[in-house]
Amino acid sequence: MSIILEVNNLNTRFDTPEGEVSAANNINFTLQKGQSLGVVGESGSGKTQIFMAIMGLLAKNGRTSGEAIFKGQNLLGLPVVELNKVRGVSLSMIFQDPMTSLNPYLKVSRQMTEVLIEHQGLDKESALERSIRMLELVGIPEARKRVHMYPHEFSGGMRQRVMIAIALLCEPDLLIADEPTTALDVTIQAQILELLHSLKEEMGMSIVMITHDLGVIAGMCDHVMVMYGGRVVETGTVHEIFNDARHPYTQGLLQSMPRIDGNHNEDLYAIPGQPPNLQALPSGCAFQPRCQYADAQCRSTQPEPAALSQHRMIACHHITVAKDLIPAMESA
Amino acid sequence: MSLLAKPNDRMAAVLDQQAEACIDEIAGRSLWQDARIRLMRNKAAVVSMIILTIITLLAIFAPWLSSHPFDEVYWDFIQVAPNFSEGFWFGTDENGRDLFVRTLYGARVSLMVGLVATTVSLIIGVTYGAVAGYMGGRVDNLMMRFVDILYSLPFMFFVIILMVIFGRHIFLIFVALGAVEWLTMARIVRGQTMAIKKKEFIEAAHASGVSTTKIIFRHIVPNILGPVIVYMTLTIPQVILTESFLSFLGLGVQEPLTSWGVLISEGAKVMESAPWMLAFPATFLAVTLFCFNFIGDGLRDALDPKDR
Amino acid sequence: MFTYITKRLLAAIPTLLIIITIAFFMMRIAPGGPFDAERQLPPEIEANILKAYDLDKPLYQQYFIYVGNLLRFDFGPSYKFRDFSVTELILTGLPASLQIGGMAILIAALIGVSLGTLAALYQNQKTDYAIMGVAMTGIAIPNFVVAPILSLVFGVYLSWLPVAGWGDGSARNLVLPVISLALPQIAYISRLTRGSMVEVLHSNYIRTARAKGLRERLVVVRHAIKGALLPVVSYLGPAAAAVTTGSVVIESIYDIPGVGRYFVNAALNRDYPLVMGVVIFYATLIIIMNLIVDVIYSFLDPKLRVNG
Repeated sequence: MSIILEVNNLNTRFDTPEGEVSAANNINFTLQKGQSLGVVGESGSGKTQIFMAIMGLLAKNGRTSGEAIFKGQNLLGLPVVELNKVRGVSLSMIFQDPMTSLNPYLKVSRQMTEVLIEHQGLDKESALERSIRMLELVGIPEARKRVHMYPHEFSGGMRQRVMIAIALLCEPDLLIADEPTTALDVTIQAQILELLHSLKEEMGMSIVMITHDLGVIAGMCDHVMVMYGGRVVETGTVHEIFNDARHPYTQGLLQSMPRIDGNHNEDLYAIPGQPPNLQALPSGCAFQPRCQYADAQCRSTQPEPAALSQHRMIACHHITVAKDLIPAMESA
Repeated sequence: MSLLAKPNDRMAAVLDQQAEACIDEIAGRSLWQDARIRLMRNKAAVVSMIILTIITLLAIFAPWLSSHPFDEVYWDFIQVAPNFSEGFWFGTDENGRDLFVRTLYGARVSLMVGLVATTVSLIIGVTYGAVAGYMGGRVDNLMMRFVDILYSLPFMFFVIILMVIFGRHIFLIFVALGAVEWLTMARIVRGQTMAIKKKEFIEAAHASGVSTTKIIFRHIVPNILGPVIVYMTLTIPQVILTESFLSFLGLGVQEPLTSWGVLISEGAKVMESAPWMLAFPATFLAVTLFCFNFIGDGLRDALDPKDR
Repeated sequence: MFTYITKRLLAAIPTLLIIITIAFFMMRIAPGGPFDAERQLPPEIEANILKAYDLDKPLYQQYFIYVGNLLRFDFGPSYKFRDFSVTELILTGLPASLQIGGMAILIAALIGVSLGTLAALYQNQKTDYAIMGVAMTGIAIPNFVVAPILSLVFGVYLSWLPVAGWGDGSARNLVLPVISLALPQIAYISRLTRGSMVEVLHSNYIRTARAKGLRERLVVVRHAIKGALLPVVSYLGPAAAAVTTGSVVIESIYDIPGVGRYFVNAALNRDYPLVMGVVIFYATLIIIMNLIVDVIYSFLDPKLRVNG
């Protein structure tokens, strides 16, 4: 298997009037061709900003360092002209809010064909044909007719399908999906996830699934990366994360999921405290104020990421302790 | 797998609640302080406030700042250039009156018109907008349709007709200009009221039996204050400009009272031979308008910093 | 589309009627008749004059006569210019007014949109600050100050252009009035464009366009401009009103034989039919402009185009 995306020591910062804010620190991961990675974290954990940086879509006050090697080419710091040979071609991204992510003033046909015309030099007719076929592939009924409509004439779920179709026009090697289902109804969510899953199998592409929903990850991903306060706190295969979570935050996330086999009378667990404010992170480990294992060391020093295996990493001063304490925590 | 393999939004809801609670607390604690800090960081706005304060003080203390009364005619000094030995710092006009003190008296009229007319527009606009927004439905529809109609009227002409008919009384200027400028204010207030009305805390107040009047004044008014203050700051220069426009046409305040518009009009006629007569009042007017606009922009950025 | 325009045209009729009614009654309750300025006339002659102008009839009859005449585009005779009807006077002034007004709006829209877009693309950089500084100047320095200064500099000192006057309406005579009239609108439109462009450039669909790997030029020209232009288009209605208002003083300053100059003279002379005629004429113009704006808007925004 070959590596499709390798991120080394990526940092993202924003200049604000209140000073510099770090959105993502020291991010390292690799993604194999055809595999999918789930990136989990609360809003403000920096999970989206990593991929905005890779796509060159950071806000103007954002800066990035490190490298993101996509198919042998470092995308960070690439001039826009060069980046545009990658974006929308071999690397695509879809966003959280399909209601606002399509241009309301242009027909869907225009928003689709322009990609093919720009990147593959197709003429209008063949670009339109390809677009219609792609719409059919993502399950839009009457695609031939609907391609000439405006986005507001589509429902939310249909718009997200259109977004996916646009992203897949040039058959990318990697699709970054930033909370693609958060803004949709539950039943539609499942449909979209299923669609992404089948498209991934069909086209053999890799997917990065950014989400705050572990349920999404479980059904889709091979690997998981858990983020908190702008840092990666735990990585592993989906199996490892769900069955052998070591970081207290990951454990908390898992516990706050409703379980089918659990006791239905039990209250849903919630991680105490509030998500961190990136502008005023606590000293030491960012999770320390909400962590029941926190001690003096946690409050003073940032835990270094420790690799357990090639794909398994945890950043916690209490890795062993934490594992031992899982039963105790559940009974508490 | 024992866990739900289907997306669940309960955890998402829990996390989002936490996130929102966090945002709310931060916002609630320091919205106004934050705004003030941001405003103070805006150099243009701060300098504008200082300059405006100086102009206001000059206007208030005008009679004591110059040895010359504003309406005294100096027959030996008809239209002389600025002259420090005689105390005519800005020169004199074609009637031999001291331009410095007249410019400051003009400032009195212009600033007063700006403030009073804006207050009039504020009262009309806020009441109208709040009522329309709060009532909603057909009442709102009807009221806003009326505003739309008024928007398409050439208001200035009616003000001019008013001035012609009822004479150029300063009180009339206040009312007429205020009555012209309230439309946008009404729209802003209505929009804000509608948005806030939908928020939970208003519903909560309703549910706990707080009276409508109390809801409007205790909950809605404080929340629409921000946009209203911003728009007010931008209305003041608008009104000052309009008054000057009327005065320039000869329809503003009457002799011996004066305003910047009157002085500019007189100055423009003789600008070749006596450029100071145009330069000083025009500079004062322009600087004042600059300042109000900078403060208005600064306030807007401070209260709604999303653009940064 | 056709039904839409018809609907808007029908909606314009009550608006116009309101204007006519207000203008008519405001004029008639005004103290002081149109012939006050003249020598004391013998009673029988005065009665004859009143009769000739229908002023002896009850007010409501005068109103209906006036409205009836309006339907035949007859604005009645001018009190001041006895040999001309108001319609003739307006038609005489129309070409000059339409030329400078139309050109001013056109130029303001073109330059304003270009400058505003440029400023937004270089948000918070030197280009942005420079453009917005100039725009602020355009807002803070009223056109009745700019106009005399332009005339002094380019007419008197440099002798490049005529100081004032219409001549035969050649381009040389048009330049200064059009610029004076357009400047404040350039300022407003460029600020408006910058604001909406900045907002659009931060919008999700622009992010999508960039994620698609489109060239920056395509992102701006194809994806951003349409959305950013909508607020500008809706401002063109009020802009037309502002330009007509401004033309009143600009025409006076540059001595242009347009409708606006008549208006000031007529107002000062209490020439009621002429004043009313001009107001109604201007109102119609502005209503038509608003109609055009609505049509353009519905072309730009597909959500309004559903029923074609």
